Amino acid sequence: MTDTSANGIDQNLVVHLGKLARLELTDVEVEHYTLQLEQILGAIASISEVAAADIPPTSHPIPLENVYREDIAIPGLLHEDFVPGAPSFEDDRFRVPRILGESA
Amino acid sequence: MTTEYNAVITEFDPIIGLETHIELGTNSKMFCSCSAQFGGEPNTFVCPVCLGMPGSMPVVNRVAVESTIRMGLALNCSIVPWCRFARKNYFYPDMPKNYQISQYDEPLCINGYLDVTVATENGPQVFRVEIERVHMEEDTGKLLHAGGAGRIHGATHSLVDYNRAGIPLIEVVTKPILGTGDLAPEVAKAYVAELRDLMRALGVSDVRMEEGSLRCDVNVSLSRPGEEWGTRTETKNVNSLRSVERAVRTEMIRQADRLRSGERIIQETRHFNEETGDTTSGRSKEQAEDYRYFPEPDLVPIAPSEAWIEELRGTLPEIPSVRRARLQIDWGISDFDMQSLVNAGALDLIVASIDAGVQPAAARKWWTGELTRVANERNCELEELTVSPSDIAEIEGLISAGDLTDKMARSVFEGLLAGEGSVSQIVSQRGLVVVSDDASLIAAITAALADSPDIAEKIQGGKIAAAGSIVGAVMKATQGQADAAKVRTLLLEQLGVKE
Repeated sequence: MTDTSANGIDQNLVVHLGKLARLELTDVEVEHYTLQLEQILGAIASISEVAAADIPPTSHPIPLENVYREDIAIPGLLHEDFVPGAPSFEDDRFRVPRILGESA
Repeated sequence: MTTEYNAVITEFDPIIGLETHIELGTNSKMFCSCSAQFGGEPNTFVCPVCLGMPGSMPVVNRVAVESTIRMGLALNCSIVPWCRFARKNYFYPDMPKNYQISQYDEPLCINGYLDVTVATENGPQVFRVEIERVHMEEDTGKLLHAGGAGRIHGATHSLVDYNRAGIPLIEVVTKPILGTGDLAPEVAKAYVAELRDLMRALGVSDVRMEEGSLRCDVNVSLSRPGEEWGTRTETKNVNSLRSVERAVRTEMIRQADRLRSGERIIQETRHFNEETGDTTSGRSKEQAEDYRYFPEPDLVPIAPSEAWIEELRGTLPEIPSVRRARLQIDWGISDFDMQSLVNAGALDLIVASIDAGVQPAAARKWWTGELTRVANERNCELEELTVSPSDIAEIEGLISAGDLTDKMARSVFEGLLAGEGSVSQIVSQRGLVVVSDDASLIAAITAALADSPDIAEKIQGGKIAAAGSIVGAVMKATQGQADAAKVRTLLLEQLGVKE
């Protein structure tokens, strides 16, 4: 296993993420994704370099607060509007692969 | 060997905590204008926002924020001047976005309390349950597991209905509740009941537990006196008041069993089985960091002004504990009687019956007597019975008009409880007609007197109490369909006796 990189990414973390996503990863894939994630996060980290201590972090580019809509219900989409875009639809419901690692 | 509950208490102190999710009764969803009503054909209350389509943007429902602030105020919380939503990222198909919009480290309401009352041998005892936070989030879609007896295990695939995805949810989290001792299960139940009543009084949710609009996660840990707090477990999706009480009790017993045999408690999520009352181990819980919470970039902060908060404070109703005190005085009943009708979940039903025209004493009699007995027998809540306050008003109306006897009323209740239809249908199907024409009553009285001539003499000799046996015989002969008071009057008239 590699050492933890400057971005906090290491192979253990990639294995853990794989587990959360219920993905079975081979050793080769783990190594591959660790390297890729390191590079991606490295690129993002360069943004941190320009963050100055006197600028508060923000989660939104426009300084807006309190944007609300009134509580009025309007009809939604019809099945024919979205079913063609769904990978699989059965009994009026979206069909998804079986869920792994749950016991309920 | 299973530890007795009393033995758990002599050896351990319980600490409980409750996380309660309540669906708001808004017209539309939390972040889009789809209908938020319960049910509906699958995937008919959906739009690009709640289907998680790329490029769609959420906008916050004003009433949902107002409801949360009012809830926070009613729970004696501070309303924060500024907060944001956060994304909770996880891998599960109940949210099409692959994340749920929630609040994480910036909840809208913090640090409140709710006083709850529990009946004890020494009279009512009040516990102050401290509230850690009240925050907003969205409900998730509903999954059906296909090809494996409806369970995830063994299923070949799952089917998802997103009608519920995006319905506004309030989550109310308590601080650890200490010092309840053997009353821990009752305190947990009383807390959830009080919270439910508060939501209803505020009118922010109708809180139909059977429709899943109130769901509880129950945290329990045990420790020996003087020791550090024990490891806690979280029992998920406990969906009735009775189950909250049972879940705390069975989890306390299970943990005590393990601790006494030298085992450790594993921090885990557990599932509550409504049928057996047991809890079973669920998935190992994701750690908070696994959710990779971050501020929701598609929504702007919520910054409620003092003026808005004060305006909402002005809309708070009479809180349930004050209302109960007022009703208790109005009805002139004891602490004990009040507490037992509250515990039976009868208060709102009694009030609704009185509003429908029933006398308070009669409303209390039906709900706390026969109906509570049936609910206990069926292991369900009173409001799940197929008897409504308006049914009781109808039956009481028939009784006072002389169209039903008390005995027939009981028969109507039996019919209602058996799901035989409406009051009028049951009255006609069961042939419940008061025999009121004097001729047939007098004929029955004459027949009864002929059967027991000695009784007629007794009555005429002044022993009026003996009339009871003749009235009884007439009631029997008319299959309970006569008005006993009327029979008595006719009988005494016939014998020429005055009371």
